[in-house]
Amino acid sequence: MLVFIGTTVFCFILWLLFTFNGNVWQWDEISAGIIFSIIAGAISRKIVIKEYKQLSPKKWLLFIAYLPRFFYEMAKANFDVAYRVITGKINPGIVKLSPNLKNNLSLTILANSITLTPGTLSVDVDDEKNLYVHWINVKPEFFEVSKECKCKYVCSTFPDWARRIGE
Amino acid sequence: MMWEIIYILLGIGIFFNLLASVGLLRFPDVYTRLHAGTKCTTFGSIFIASAAIAYGLWRWYDGDKSMISLAIHSFFALIAILVTNPTGAHAIARAAYRSGVMPKKAVTDELGGKND
Repeated sequence: MLVFIGTTVFCFILWLLFTFNGNVWQWDEISAGIIFSIIAGAISRKIVIKEYKQLSPKKWLLFIAYLPRFFYEMAKANFDVAYRVITGKINPGIVKLSPNLKNNLSLTILANSITLTPGTLSVDVDDEKNLYVHWINVKPEFFEVSKECKCKYVCSTFPDWARRIGE
Repeated sequence: MMWEIIYILLGIGIFFNLLASVGLLRFPDVYTRLHAGTKCTTFGSIFIASAAIAYGLWRWYDGDKSMISLAIHSFFALIAILVTNPTGAHAIARAAYRSGVMPKKAVTDELGGKND
């Protein structure tokens, strides 16, 4: 029930933002919004919010704190791609990483983050939650690093951030 | 002053989107092309959406009240791009690998041709 109310309120806030046109909302807009957000909340309550603890404000604050660092890595990734587009120097390969994350949300955050950050693109995930990553510039030193450190070697502190936000 | 800021934001955005299309032409296979097509289009779209948000907020501040909806809608479009673009690239890469497209020039392949 709490999940249903949360989803409905979330949909209603989105509706209010989308229909805002500079003036205060009319009553017909608000009543239509309530009807549609109740329908949307009833349909998608099992999809949007799966666990209560994912609603906690601490996670959202952590997520906002994560954004500047993410944006910085993304800018770096773009100059990296620009360099490779112009010079054509690539050394690609698919590597296996074991980030040791427990649930799907943190794994999704990690996979999306490493897709948008320098030189890596997530390709597949297996049942043991190992990520297979296409790496555009495989360094020879990578094969000498021990199995636990491989993940840290490729995507620096992102697994820690994903663990803090998602678990 | 506002026009210059908007032009600079648009310029940066278009430059990175152009870079993505050049990358699509120059890279050898589907995975490396996805690198260009994901990172650069997302980064470029952030700047183009920021230009739209800046324009909407500016006109709203100048008294044209209905322009705030342009800023709000651009902001949500930006969030949608940020979430769906890497997810879509992931889906394309996975589908390509499972249908047997191997990475060209690869020095290592630890996924090892698993197709199940």
